[in-house]
Amino acid sequence: MGNILFIAEHENGKLKGYSRELAGKAHELAGQAGGKAIGCLLGKEVAGLAEQLGAFGIEQAYALEGATLEPFLGDIHARALLALIEKIKPQIILASASTTGKDILPRLAMKLKAGLTTDCVDLKIEAGKLKARRPIFAGKALMDVSFNSDVQLATARPNSFPIREAGAGKKASVEKIPANVGGLRVKVKEVKQAEAGMKDLTEAEIIISGGRALGSSENFKVVRELAEVLGATVGASRAAVDAGYISHDHQVGQTGKTVNPKLYIACGISGAIQHLAGMRTSKVIVAINKDPEAPIFSKADYGIVGDLFQILPILTVKFKELLGK
Amino acid sequence: MKIGVLLKQTPDTETKIKIKPDASGIDEADIKWVINPYDEYAVEEALRLKEAAGGGEVVIVTAGVPRAVESMRQALAMGADRAIRIDTEGVTLDNYLAAVCLARAAAKENFDLIFAGKQAVDDDCVQVAHGVAALLDWPCVWPAEHYELSGDKKVLTVTRPVAGGIKEIIEMTLPGMVCCDKGEHDPRYASLPGIMKAKSKPIAELKAKDLLGGETARVQFSNFSPPPDRKAGNILKGELEEVCAELVKLLREEAKVI
Repeated sequence: MGNILFIAEHENGKLKGYSRELAGKAHELAGQAGGKAIGCLLGKEVAGLAEQLGAFGIEQAYALEGATLEPFLGDIHARALLALIEKIKPQIILASASTTGKDILPRLAMKLKAGLTTDCVDLKIEAGKLKARRPIFAGKALMDVSFNSDVQLATARPNSFPIREAGAGKKASVEKIPANVGGLRVKVKEVKQAEAGMKDLTEAEIIISGGRALGSSENFKVVRELAEVLGATVGASRAAVDAGYISHDHQVGQTGKTVNPKLYIACGISGAIQHLAGMRTSKVIVAINKDPEAPIFSKADYGIVGDLFQILPILTVKFKELLGK
Repeated sequence: MKIGVLLKQTPDTETKIKIKPDASGIDEADIKWVINPYDEYAVEEALRLKEAAGGGEVVIVTAGVPRAVESMRQALAMGADRAIRIDTEGVTLDNYLAAVCLARAAAKENFDLIFAGKQAVDDDCVQVAHGVAALLDWPCVWPAEHYELSGDKKVLTVTRPVAGGIKEIIEMTLPGMVCCDKGEHDPRYASLPGIMKAKSKPIAELKAKDLLGGETARVQFSNFSPPPDRKAGNILKGELEEVCAELVKLLREEAKVI
């Protein structure tokens, strides 16, 4: 059995939460498989961050460093990673099912002529190979994926595994590799912050979503205010997006994003099948809706029947008090 | 400008998904089949780009069984010029094999640009378009939502929406692949003359078996199941102030998520 290479991500000088999750999972799988879990990070200066993977039991990591690695571009990152893969020949390659991981692994899989499964909610080793379980139809069903290929690739859905600190205070031994990939037919010309930065829906721990009942984009203010107090990301139903109240980036459901937060608060969302599919794996679901017959209540752990325009401001105040804000 | 569009037929998102009794796959009875919604954006953007380029050809490329022809005709009715169906009857494609046959069919066409959807809403894999681009050794932008062609038609400027409300503006020298998110343009409806014309537009047929030339699947699927059922929970009743206070307490003390 060979080794596991996993790709960790960083933002604002910190390891992403889902990368900490993945480091722990890679360490666990390597233990089962009798190999080593090896981390890698890509960016301008990432050796310090790569050392921090030691906290999750990772002893060895690579820092691929180069000016062209930021901002991210899938083609460039894939090219840099292929060189590393060629060198260390891992048997399993893992990443998170983030906007970054989802954009890199399909390129690697094809170049390596290897099998890939994406957005997995469970990963294990069976008969010396990776085996995965993943949702399909945005969560309306699940299936197992097993591999025929020698090299096996997978991405893991954020918030699927606990963060396991297996080596508190330890540092991974890091090898720096210069990776100034250039000469590709693609480049980032400009990066725009189109909307105030908040966590992407797919990695958010708390999501407050609004539906058609919000009635206008101005009215989304009540949702945004609650979200701000809770450090949550704002989501929306397709009906609210189609009505033009909020941009498609916020849409949860089968033609939007499939989400997996610990808390999902659905405000004025009736619960169409394609919306429920996209949020049903949330650990706790709260529904707020005027209509006691709304299908969302059948999936919710807690519900309040009533007017969201009265309820949300009260909740905002109560959470502020609780959190001492 | 010769533009390809990768199109997959998928179940409508309103479809209730049923599992076969032996858990080997999805029960396809009673499914309403449609163009994968993101591929419909791809068709729309391809048609607009052809118009912006002042002419050319939009070619739909689908790997699928005969029922996919209905969705291909719909894209032709929207305005695409012709189509190629890679017949997959008798072959089980994983994403690797799907990418191999689409890339081999596309290579024969010498496209300047290929549009695809950012993912198919059936398996949600996000693999095939990247795979086709990798096989063609093309750049690929995923996801993408806004497209502008340079005057000399050699460079496409693409907007890539990424996490946290950030948008990257990317310049890609053609040929290349773009994977469409829901963008600023809703897909057009087919007009009646469009539907009539589509009936006589050519759909060429290739065989997946011939294109694959002995390539085999890299992964296998099994043990399909519905998601674990969620039970309806606790509907809180009373004065709104009290109910809200109770909810906050429950989320902290019982659910422990705050």
